[in-house]
Amino acid sequence: MIKLFSLKQQKKEELASGTSSAGKRKATAAQLRLTKDLNELQLPKTCITEFPDPNDLLNFKLIITPDEGYYRGGKFTFSFKVGLGYPHEAPKVKCETMVYHPNIDLEGNVCLNILREDWKPVLTINSVIYGIQYLFLEPNPEDPLNKEAAEILSTNKRQFEQNVNRSMKGGYVGSVYFERCLK
Amino acid sequence: MLQGLDYCLKMEVDNVVSTVREPLNWSGRWNHIQKVLERSGPFAHPDFEPSPDILGFLLNNCKLLVIGAGGLGCELLKNLTLTGFRHIDVIDMDTIDLSNLNRQFLFRQNDIGKAKATVASDFINNRVKGAEVVPHFCKIQDYDASFYKQFHIVVCGLDSIVARRWINGMLISLLEYDEDGNLDQTSVIPMVDGGTEGFKGNARIILPGLSACMECTLDLYPPQVNFPMCTIAHTPRQPEHCVEYVKVFGWEKEKPFGDAPIDGDNPEHIKWICGSACERAEQFGIQGVTYRLTQGVIKRIIPAVASTNAVIAAACSTEVFKLASSCGAPMNNYMVFNDADGVYTYTFEAEKSETCVACSQKPKTIHFKPTSQLRELIEFLCQDSMLQMKSPGITTTVNGNSKTLFMKSIPSIERATRPNLSKSLADLGLSSGQELIVADVTTPNSLIFILKLSDQCSAET
Repeated sequence: MIKLFSLKQQKKEELASGTSSAGKRKATAAQLRLTKDLNELQLPKTCITEFPDPNDLLNFKLIITPDEGYYRGGKFTFSFKVGLGYPHEAPKVKCETMVYHPNIDLEGNVCLNILREDWKPVLTINSVIYGIQYLFLEPNPEDPLNKEAAEILSTNKRQFEQNVNRSMKGGYVGSVYFERCLK
Repeated sequence: MLQGLDYCLKMEVDNVVSTVREPLNWSGRWNHIQKVLERSGPFAHPDFEPSPDILGFLLNNCKLLVIGAGGLGCELLKNLTLTGFRHIDVIDMDTIDLSNLNRQFLFRQNDIGKAKATVASDFINNRVKGAEVVPHFCKIQDYDASFYKQFHIVVCGLDSIVARRWINGMLISLLEYDEDGNLDQTSVIPMVDGGTEGFKGNARIILPGLSACMECTLDLYPPQVNFPMCTIAHTPRQPEHCVEYVKVFGWEKEKPFGDAPIDGDNPEHIKWICGSACERAEQFGIQGVTYRLTQGVIKRIIPAVASTNAVIAAACSTEVFKLASSCGAPMNNYMVFNDADGVYTYTFEAEKSETCVACSQKPKTIHFKPTSQLRELIEFLCQDSMLQMKSPGITTTVNGNSKTLFMKSIPSIERATRPNLSKSLADLGLSSGQELIVADVTTPNSLIFILKLSDQCSAET
């Protein structure tokens, strides 16, 4: 056992010296972890990150340009917001490109298990990016956020493919207009 | 009762007239504490030396910080001051709400809306003779190292993991090491942390640098309850799903209060969410959406139980007493408590993680000239035989803002920070004592370096 208070060391220095340390705020655990995550980011050539302010690592964009699957040739932008609770809490991710996709709704909400119910602190920014990339390769009709898209994907794959193409070229799918997002 | 009051008043008068009698330590006041501190016993630690000086230390010298003046905080302040601790600072950023009054017994109906820290301090200082509790109505993040340094022990009664991690990181950053890398034990400020959730609670001791810290055991905290997005969007089954739906989808879409984000303490916001959630619940034939439930989901409220707070605060106070007096071995080091069904308690040793981001590393000092370029610093990190880094990414904090010095792995950051390579450390705004965060594939976590700048020295660790 350490005797923290051998009585000799009774009084701690009152509000010590007051110099230096002000302003030099200490690194938070979230910052330490995020610096590590980003320095080790290994992305496939279909994924690019964009940091509008390189000094702000907590807010950035991900641009995905799938080179296979239904969404080949499209260009989709996601915003990432990493909070101070990271990695206890998952980053907040939204899709900024309007997309016809069973797991992404028209407001940009993304249904990806590791962003919500299955998030664990061992996961990294890299895992999230791979998860999103996977959504474009394997859209999942079982877990729909855009119900109409999911229904068509499970009943008529050709129709789904046509709808995706129409939406990416810019045009109406049903009554919804999609902006062009081909690269 | 009357007699006692009379006695106190008389003592105060005496105090003015002469200092011969110590009015705050009336005869018998500390009897029970003295029995433990002035004699040895079967539970005392073998190294414990009974002495009347220990009581003097508790009364006059020992300085405590209580973080949180809510359910646990009220209990802690009461327990600690009645045990003899007088110099206590208490921080809380919150104000008193009607729903606090059933268990936060230092507050009355008239206090609603006032700062918890202030009301709690005033109450204790009036009620417990000699107590000098100092309130701080602010966030813990508003103070820096020079504030936290002054305390002997920090006791937490918090409801937020972010705040726990912050104070944990702060106490770790106060550790000092000698040149051989040995920890200076006088720089250790123990943290006693209590937490409750309904009928469950835990109390633990963290000796920063010596035992498991908050980050070592971060995975012990249950993850936030998040419903799958598709459940709340299309297949809601519970009233909570309906509230969560409005929170995630409805608020953004309808913007009932313009661009304002949801404020769980604003009754108008809760009312609106509750109304929309009711409509949705009706569509799906779900019962049970109420104002209370809505507020609970939005603020992630877990019902608080007064008795759990009392048990956990008592455990924490006892540990503070043992740490401050050395009269008994402190708990080792994590106690869980559950009285939802019978009473269960268990204490185990949470283990320090060798790869903990927060406490596994001692900051290394590196020396450079103010005129040295960033490029030279990076070359040093790659060439030094002890480091041999491959592609270090470096961030720091300048004037309270984070700053990315260099990061090669991300093209947009690499482009933006490339010009930094040929700038001098002084021109980059770095000063002596600066903390640099360095991430590299060669280490499992980011490393912290303390940069020392002086004109004569060349690079060395």
